[in-house]
Amino acid sequence: MKTIDLVVIGGGPAGMGAAIAAYDAGVRDILVLERDHRLGGILEQCIHNGFGLHRFKEELTGPEYAWRFEKELRERKIAFRLDTMVLDLSEDKVITAMNAEEGIFRIQAKAVILAMGCRERPRGALNTPGTRPAGIYTAGTAQRYINIMGYMPGKKAVILGSGDIGLIMARRMTWEGAKVEMVLELMPYSGGLTRNIVQCLKDNDIPLLLSHTIVEIHGKERVSGVTIAQVDENRKPMMETARFVECDTVLLSVGLLPENELTRKAGVPMDVRTSGALVDQRRMTEIPGIFACGNVLHVHDLVDYVSEEAEIAGRGAAEYILQGSEPDPNPVTVRPGNGVRYTLPQRIDRAEDTTIFFRVTDVHPAVRIRVKAGEETVLMRKRPRVAPGEMETVRILGSKLQGYMGQTLTVELEEEAEHGT
Amino acid sequence: MEREIICTSCPMGCHVTVTMEEERIISITGNTCARGERYARSEITNPTRTLTTTVAVAGGGVLPVKSDAPLPKKSIPQYLEKIHEVTVEPPVLIGDVVIEDICGSGVNIVAAQNVI
Repeated sequence: MKTIDLVVIGGGPAGMGAAIAAYDAGVRDILVLERDHRLGGILEQCIHNGFGLHRFKEELTGPEYAWRFEKELRERKIAFRLDTMVLDLSEDKVITAMNAEEGIFRIQAKAVILAMGCRERPRGALNTPGTRPAGIYTAGTAQRYINIMGYMPGKKAVILGSGDIGLIMARRMTWEGAKVEMVLELMPYSGGLTRNIVQCLKDNDIPLLLSHTIVEIHGKERVSGVTIAQVDENRKPMMETARFVECDTVLLSVGLLPENELTRKAGVPMDVRTSGALVDQRRMTEIPGIFACGNVLHVHDLVDYVSEEAEIAGRGAAEYILQGSEPDPNPVTVRPGNGVRYTLPQRIDRAEDTTIFFRVTDVHPAVRIRVKAGEETVLMRKRPRVAPGEMETVRILGSKLQGYMGQTLTVELEEEAEHGT
Repeated sequence: MEREIICTSCPMGCHVTVTMEEERIISITGNTCARGERYARSEITNPTRTLTTTVAVAGGGVLPVKSDAPLPKKSIPQYLEKIHEVTVEPPVLIGDVVIEDICGSGVNIVAAQNVI
């Protein structure tokens, strides 16, 4: 069996960023495995601009952002294989993969970086009643049809879910000549970025109906319409508000799920909150030598954050390969508290400057973010506004962490207004 | 008169309040950086957007393209119509000009992907 120092599974922004960072930290024997016929991952179909504002201080389109990384990968002559599907990953880091040229092959890796990204929740995950006609797509599938293959998926669309891809596709369909009747959102707030609500919906006069859902899909061969209804505070449809909306297409933008089949096969312990692996500050999972970064670890709203995380994982893997590393027996445990859905990393095993990424459970104006150890406040930060759709961060210096090794840090929200939480 | 504008210069999405007296801007508040003020001003006077779409590639498939500078929002349908008439011949590289000076705007439509 072939041995390789570092195998990166996935050639999207996370995988490319991690491979480049590992190379720059001294690893030379690297292989990136990608199942599509080109590098770039989901960025290839995200042709809208707005990528790279944090990282490059300019607004790039998805393919342009991906190209910057592909160029760096090629300049370093980092090996990659396209059209290659990884079938299995074992706990001792044996990768089984296949492609049309080599058939099925196995690689023993010293370290593995998981960068498989995420997948959209399909109709089956919603249990929306009705018939099963053609014309129901996830927003990302429609995006691929239009932006890569050049096919229009329909003429008159209703979009369920106000996640970013749904918002982007509302504009994209409109610009390509379709009529987007409305975007429906089950929750009382949108899950998408504010800029997308403004530029995709408001600019094109597309109504956003909050606290609404589809209660039935109609149509025999092709979608002929949907019945929509408002939902109450328990997200139950109020049937007295039900009405029929004619359309030939339904797009679903109802959430993303990290694609962790391989992670689970390897027996990597998972976090039920993120649906990704439990990791330390270097993005190493609880299996030494297996790392994870990007949307396979937790769903990011900005690719800039994915790139940042990929670099952390790449450097972590390089350190593991070149110096070996013992997990600290006395780590800091990080957990979400009041108003916080998840925190990442879940474990900090060295007192070094660490950024904790987290998501809140609800929209709040003016909050304080408090990091606590028991009842003691470790640090506090103010935010003018937080929302579940926008990832938050808080940075803790290594000098501060020093005093809390072996303890549990809780990240929680505290409202500044008079309303208690 | 007050107009509320959500700044889209960055993902912060600041809610900026522009106070107007007839056609004149009196004050701009709520922004947290200079870009917010610029954005609010341009949203009132001449809102612009970077345009991203695709053009057909000879032999099949599409090529993502973008405007190399923001274009007036109100004329986007007219630009799209023009862009949809175009078919490019590969090879095309990122940054190659696909339509020069679209509709006399001074802005170019450029390739945002490599097609070899």
